[in-house]
Amino acid sequence: METLRTFKADLHIHTCLSPCADIGITPSTIVKRAIEKGIDIIAVTDHNSAENTAAAKKAAEGTGLTVLAGMEIASSEEAHILALFDDIEGIMRLQDIVYMNLMPGKNDEKRFGYQIVADENDVVLGFNKRLLIGAALLTAHSIVKIIHLFGGLAIASHIDRSFFSVISQFGFIPEDIKFDALEISFRLSREEAERKFREYNHIPWISASDSHRIDDIGARTSTFFIKEPTIAELSSAFKNIDGRKVEWG
Amino acid sequence: MKLNDIVNKLPLKVNSYSDGLQKDVSGGYSSDLLSDVLANSREGNVWITLQTNLNIVAVASVKNLAGIIIVSSKKPPEETLKKAEEEKITIMTTSMPAFETAGRIYQLLQGKNV
Repeated sequence: METLRTFKADLHIHTCLSPCADIGITPSTIVKRAIEKGIDIIAVTDHNSAENTAAAKKAAEGTGLTVLAGMEIASSEEAHILALFDDIEGIMRLQDIVYMNLMPGKNDEKRFGYQIVADENDVVLGFNKRLLIGAALLTAHSIVKIIHLFGGLAIASHIDRSFFSVISQFGFIPEDIKFDALEISFRLSREEAERKFREYNHIPWISASDSHRIDDIGARTSTFFIKEPTIAELSSAFKNIDGRKVEWG
Repeated sequence: MKLNDIVNKLPLKVNSYSDGLQKDVSGGYSSDLLSDVLANSREGNVWITLQTNLNIVAVASVKNLAGIIIVSSKKPPEETLKKAEEEKITIMTTSMPAFETAGRIYQLLQGKNV
């Protein structure tokens, strides 16, 4: 039997690139705070963009913290879906597809907020002008398929929320959308989630902070029992292969 | 037609920024997808929705909508109402469902009594 270790993970963190996030939640600050909180794996998951993932990865180099390259995509039904990849290449391919299908329009910084692209030292590289608060004109079904095609994991975001979740938008989790896991938000306890979402207990659950401010990081984490902090191992944990598993709450 | 004329004729409760009742209504738009409203509503429209989250205020503000009617007795949270006051967006609530709300407003805008 291979040696499994525990990895504490916060797989849903926004940066200053997300219009609704605080401008102080920069790539390097996230890395510092995650390490302080004893977290082993984080995922940077901005709305419909991944332009700050490379900076977070660079900021974490040599620290022992693993940064997964992620994105939180809004589907045409306005269901939010987390995409997680090991490397920048996968997420950039996905970003190309999302950008091609993002509803047109320019961000209105005064109303929606700033969309700051920063480097690993918090130097502002520019402002993303796209309407990241909008949605991609791709169905949840096709988004999950594309994520899988590119080798990533697809997780249904905060299924307990009354808006922007697969359940709020579809009324249920469609069986033909093959989510690797479902995310329960920090708002719900494990017990409440088990009462409410019993019918979906055949799909693995995680929980994460969905941080929009630096102080939120680690407010909710999931613990993975895996060999190493990779997408392949997270996937094995979801499928309970050879003792691998995920726990929270 | 002013927003006030609609409020006077239908069972709507004004929840924020009552000064906005003097705005002219150019028409209506009924949708619960914020991205759809961003893309397809027109300036001066009254927006009929069951969404209550904070983002509806930003959408109404960007699109310069006349106001938001939240249907089916849904209650907007305090943070939404606070933001609506700041952004000068009139939010109204009603126990009517979206179908009836839209139908009656459509008739009013056509000059019919409802």
